[in-house]
Amino acid sequence: MEFSQQQHYSPQTPAQASVSRVMLNVILALIPGIAVYIHYFGWGVLVNIVLASLFALLAEGLILAIRRRPVVTTLMDGSALLTGILLALALPSYTAWWVTAVGIIFAIIIAKQLYGGLGLNPFNPAMTGYVVLLISFPLEMTRWNPPLELAEQSMNLLEAFRYSFTGSLPQRMDIDMISLATPLDLVRGRLDMGFNLSQIRSEYSIFSNLSGKGTELINIAFLAGGLWLLYRRLIDWRIPAALLSSMLLISAVFWLINPEFYLSPVFHLFAGATMLGAFFIATDPVTASTTPVGRLIFGAGCGLLIYIIRSWGGYPDGVAFAVLLMNLSAPLIDHFSQPRITGYRERKS
Amino acid sequence: MSKLYRFPGGVKLPGHKAISTSQPIRKAPIPDRLFVPLRQHIGSAAECIVEKGQRVLKGQMIGRVSDYVAAPVHAPSSGTVIDIQKFPAAHASSLPSDVIIIEPDGKDEWMQSEPIADITELDKSELRNMIRFAGIVGLGGAAFPTFIKLNPAGHQISKLILNGAECEPYISCDDMLMRERPHEVIDGAKIMRHALNAEQVIIAIEDNKPEAIAALNTLADEYDWLDVQGIPVIYPTGGERQLIKVLTGKDVPSQGLPLDLGMVVSNVATAAAIHHAIDHQQPLISRIVTVTGSGVRSPQNFEALIGTPMSDLIELAGGYTDDADRLVVGGPMMGITLKTDATPVVKASNCLLVQTPADHAGEAIIRPCIRCGECVKVCPVKLLPQQLYWYSQAKYHDDLQSHNLFDCIECGCCTVVCPSHIPLVQYFRFGKSEIWKKQQETLKADRARERSEAKTLRLERIKAEKKAQHAARAKKTAAGAGRKKEIEAAVARTKAKKAGDTGSAENATDNA
Repeated sequence: MEFSQQQHYSPQTPAQASVSRVMLNVILALIPGIAVYIHYFGWGVLVNIVLASLFALLAEGLILAIRRRPVVTTLMDGSALLTGILLALALPSYTAWWVTAVGIIFAIIIAKQLYGGLGLNPFNPAMTGYVVLLISFPLEMTRWNPPLELAEQSMNLLEAFRYSFTGSLPQRMDIDMISLATPLDLVRGRLDMGFNLSQIRSEYSIFSNLSGKGTELINIAFLAGGLWLLYRRLIDWRIPAALLSSMLLISAVFWLINPEFYLSPVFHLFAGATMLGAFFIATDPVTASTTPVGRLIFGAGCGLLIYIIRSWGGYPDGVAFAVLLMNLSAPLIDHFSQPRITGYRERKS
Repeated sequence: MSKLYRFPGGVKLPGHKAISTSQPIRKAPIPDRLFVPLRQHIGSAAECIVEKGQRVLKGQMIGRVSDYVAAPVHAPSSGTVIDIQKFPAAHASSLPSDVIIIEPDGKDEWMQSEPIADITELDKSELRNMIRFAGIVGLGGAAFPTFIKLNPAGHQISKLILNGAECEPYISCDDMLMRERPHEVIDGAKIMRHALNAEQVIIAIEDNKPEAIAALNTLADEYDWLDVQGIPVIYPTGGERQLIKVLTGKDVPSQGLPLDLGMVVSNVATAAAIHHAIDHQQPLISRIVTVTGSGVRSPQNFEALIGTPMSDLIELAGGYTDDADRLVVGGPMMGITLKTDATPVVKASNCLLVQTPADHAGEAIIRPCIRCGECVKVCPVKLLPQQLYWYSQAKYHDDLQSHNLFDCIECGCCTVVCPSHIPLVQYFRFGKSEIWKKQQETLKADRARERSEAKTLRLERIKAEKKAQHAARAKKTAAGAGRKKEIEAAVARTKAKKAGDTGSAENATDNA
């Protein structure tokens, strides 16, 4: 019998994993966190996710068509969808549609596709988009609504959509009701004014046992999703482990020095975007370090930078900046962290 | 049970072994035609020493060797040499090689030979020569001439490791050999131990072959130098370096050999072949071949003569299923695809794997590398496959070499786990061959430059010589010119004289 004259190469086994499946599983792992987020901060979160996903798919499809690349097969890899969702999770719950659109366009077209598309972008697209928005629209990007327990009024899904597209609030609400600061914001602002942490915590009802109301549970839910990803071996343990332990370590040191001026390690771990960043953003394989030791360094660097930016930087949270700065260092880290190859005595550098 | 170690990386693969082990090894009948390639392994091809029309006996040498890294070939059965021609080889290139075609006479008549009374009496180099002339090569797949391995070359050999790991999925020929003929393996081990003066022999077998382990264990108790060791099932634990790591915890140096650690690794089937060669004076003319896969109706193991067309074995195994679409020699991880089953079985053919589309589903959808690092985790050599992939795409040969491309054992683990289905190993093979080509070209260029320089020198020398000759000739001519003048002058004088004579005669006439 004659077989295909085309040359096939070993190994010749059925595919065990696929990029689409990895991306889909990461999206699934986000669901608990998203659900808790929507529960505490309202339907605006869902509106952001829906719009951002839609814009992301549109933007990626458009540029793929312009670049004459297969549109549908490439969209099926799920990476654009994931970028859209991650960017949406970084936005304040009630964000105008055009803010989301600008962020997505920057993330997908400039940060990802102009560099060559999936696998070739040096910076995390979602975080690049977010940072562009934070710098360009500081007002819109720092207007947060209160968590469920503190909200006097909230919007239903339809009202949330209407607000996103028209900017008009329901009659019973005014803009001040959705223009609050986050717990990390508050702490920075009041510490700068000379208050100590006990005073700040007693002054505001937004704080709770671990960190802030709602925020802590969202962090726990993202942690749970992240642990599931680790269990499924879809992400490497090194980056989240190094990130969280470096954060724990440095925050513990400063907290022990002055607990009235430095937030506790627990607060840091469960505030802001810590868990989302540790398990879903810093772990983006394309932009992170790839060697085993390099990943430990990368994660630890992210953790340290998040703490530094939160404590002394110009922004209340620092996950996005920390990840982007470490993205910048990843090639260098990789270069100096090559593993010792079997059969060689010395580690190569 | 001694302490075992782990090698880095590796993957757990579905074994698919049971499908071919339910039936005992079956002796394949002598085929209508035997196709014996003169080149079946690493090293130089054998040189044909028979002629068309010549009758040969079973076991008669038909291809001899003069180079060191080479092995002779023998007639697998008695019959007539009917042709010697080019035939596609069971090699990735499918390039044709010289093949001796024998029409068996069905008598299967052995060549006469003298039995050896006691191998321990034999000189060790004589023993190695006997193994060499029996055409014995490694039967695990690489087919390296075995007598070379059996030369301790001044090293004290602490361990001879017989590799019965058989870690590639589907393949079961070594398993069946150990189950059914454990004494052959152990008798071969005795001879090899003697040749190497090895202190200890370990037969290492993956734990998924309990029958083989049990069969060998019942015989092994007699010998205090022999250990049968079960090892964890993880691919590629049967790789020479990986096996040494598992059994001893030691790394073979990158450019070195197991010999540097006082160890020799050889396949269990090779040991059995050595037993046949020395104890029965039967050269390597047959081997056990697994015919398996979802594309063949009745998977099983055959003892087939070297030179049997693969199509015969497939036929014996019930033939192809309707959806069979690929024929692989070797396992799915490192085997090569053949374009036709007219290819003959050679010494290295351990397995014929017939696949169906489901067996290689997904390989067509290749996505960009997302740098997930799964390949780094599974690499048994601790290379950075994704980094090597970028470099081989960009043809950065220097970076490929500084990232140790040449330490890649091409086991395929990285490719199997790649979520983007990138054929990484193929990139690495290509990278290696590009670098080899470049080195060859540099060598050629160097030689060409040397030649051109030599030519320039030679031309200059010739020119100078010619010039000198010219000069010499010119001088000669100049000298000749003087002589010419003299002659001319003499001629002129004679003429003048003659003229004077006639003139006087005329004058005389005038005067008269």
